[in-house]
Amino acid sequence: MFDYNFHWRPVLKSLPDLLEASLVTLQVAVLSMIIGIVIGLFLSVLKLKARGPLKWFATCWIELARNTPALFQLFFFGFGLGALGIHLTPFFIVLAGLSFNNAGYLAENFRGGFNAIPETQLKAARSLGMTLWHAYTRILVPQVLRIVYYPMTNQFVWAVLMSSLGMLVGFRELSGETQFFASKTYRIFEYFAAAAIIYYIMVKLILFISKLLATRLFRY
Amino acid sequence: MIQIDNLQKYFGQLHVLRGIDLQVKKGEVLSVIGASGSGKSTLLYCINGLEQIQGGTITVDGVEVHDKGTDLNKLRQSMGMVFQQWNSFPHLTAIENVALAPKIVKKKSKSEAIEIAKKQLVHVGLEEKLNVYPSELSGGQQQRLAIARALAMDPQYMLFDEATSALDPELVGEVLETMRLLAEEGMTMICVTHEMGFARDVSDRVAFFNDGVIEEIDTAENIFENPKSELTQKFLSKVR
Ligand SMILES: Nc1ncnc2c1ncn2[C@@H]1O[C@H](COP(=O)(O)OP(=O)(O)OP(=O)(O)O)[C@@H](O)[C@H]1O
Ligand SMILES: [Mg+2]
Repeated sequence: MFDYNFHWRPVLKSLPDLLEASLVTLQVAVLSMIIGIVIGLFLSVLKLKARGPLKWFATCWIELARNTPALFQLFFFGFGLGALGIHLTPFFIVLAGLSFNNAGYLAENFRGGFNAIPETQLKAARSLGMTLWHAYTRILVPQVLRIVYYPMTNQFVWAVLMSSLGMLVGFRELSGETQFFASKTYRIFEYFAAAAIIYYIMVKLILFISKLLATRLFRY
Repeated sequence: MIQIDNLQKYFGQLHVLRGIDLQVKKGEVLSVIGASGSGKSTLLYCINGLEQIQGGTITVDGVEVHDKGTDLNKLRQSMGMVFQQWNSFPHLTAIENVALAPKIVKKKSKSEAIEIAKKQLVHVGLEEKLNVYPSELSGGQQQRLAIARALAMDPQYMLFDEATSALDPELVGEVLETMRLLAEEGMTMICVTHEMGFARDVSDRVAFFNDGVIEEIDTAENIFENPKSELTQKFLSKVR
């Protein structure tokens, strides 16, 4: 009943390629986080402060990002835009999809963060003659980023794992690369087991570094 | 000089300030007393343009605060404000708290801003706490930090909104002492306060606020020794 022979040698041989692909995974995840944080901040402020079309826009974005499958979001930037004649490379499809998703999720976290800051912080900043922009960038946002630091870390982990959907739009990140070798050698289990271990180590590393960074960043 | 004429302020249907006329001259210390909800904080917010107004005018050194063409960010540099809830910026050390606005608002160089900040922290007696985060400061120290932060902008006026009412009783004294020092240095001040002793000893005039109007305004001595309005008398007998 159990007559599958494990062959790990091919996996070992392509390990350098897998590791390189995991760097691609990290790269797209990091970029999507940076974009997601910036857009997420704007969305949360729009949802909190804006009225009319701008608020509506932010709400739609957040609702779609949080309440539809991440895979569909990716497909939208791939096949959806493709149907409209806009053809992104696999890298940009994944980057756009992940950024869209990150921004939506993070926006809700940020909104909670902004709400947790006493309104007098903004008043105090303005009373010193700071512009609205300065009050936000120097006073409010740094505090928000601290409040949502751990949810943000979680979102980063989620982005790393979510990027594996990239293989479905032909992106050669870790999963795509794994799939490529697996179907070439038919050592499907071995390759995906190896990839799973690499994902696991990446996530653990991210969590570890994030903890370390927190102690250096937040001395208050 | 701060000149207020027939100031009207609504929050929705709520008529909070109902025709305020007030003049504060250079070097004068005015205390504002009155029951909770009578509009004292709102008046301060209106004076430095943190709140819109629905009628009347507020003029500061000839500049109309709520005029569309007024550069509020510039105007606010001439008016320091200290709030009831301590709101030092928690993510910055004491010296960073004070140096930030001179740096980004007044565009001072970093070393200049640090110099100014140091000077003001010494001024309020926090020279030992330069690199400490607000969370490690007592309420009284945080309030003095807030005063230093406002002073670092070299304001012409200081607006205090119940700067001591959120403090433990034993910490009130040090903050009042700092305010008294400022008054002696000739700073023009409007102090919303529940500290009748301070109002009586430090201020030139006292305004008693009741339900959105100034019920009575007079010298500290007159207000406390022989108030004319019955409402003032009633209020004072309650708080004393
Ligand atoms: N942002 C706001 N929106 C709506 N109503 C407000 C707002 N701020 C204040 N009010 C109302 O306006 C009235 C005056 O408030 P204000 O804070 O100026 O009173 P105060 O005299 O400072 O009282 P306290 O001594 O409690 O600080 C109150 O009835 C208050 O509920
Ligand atoms: Mg008040």
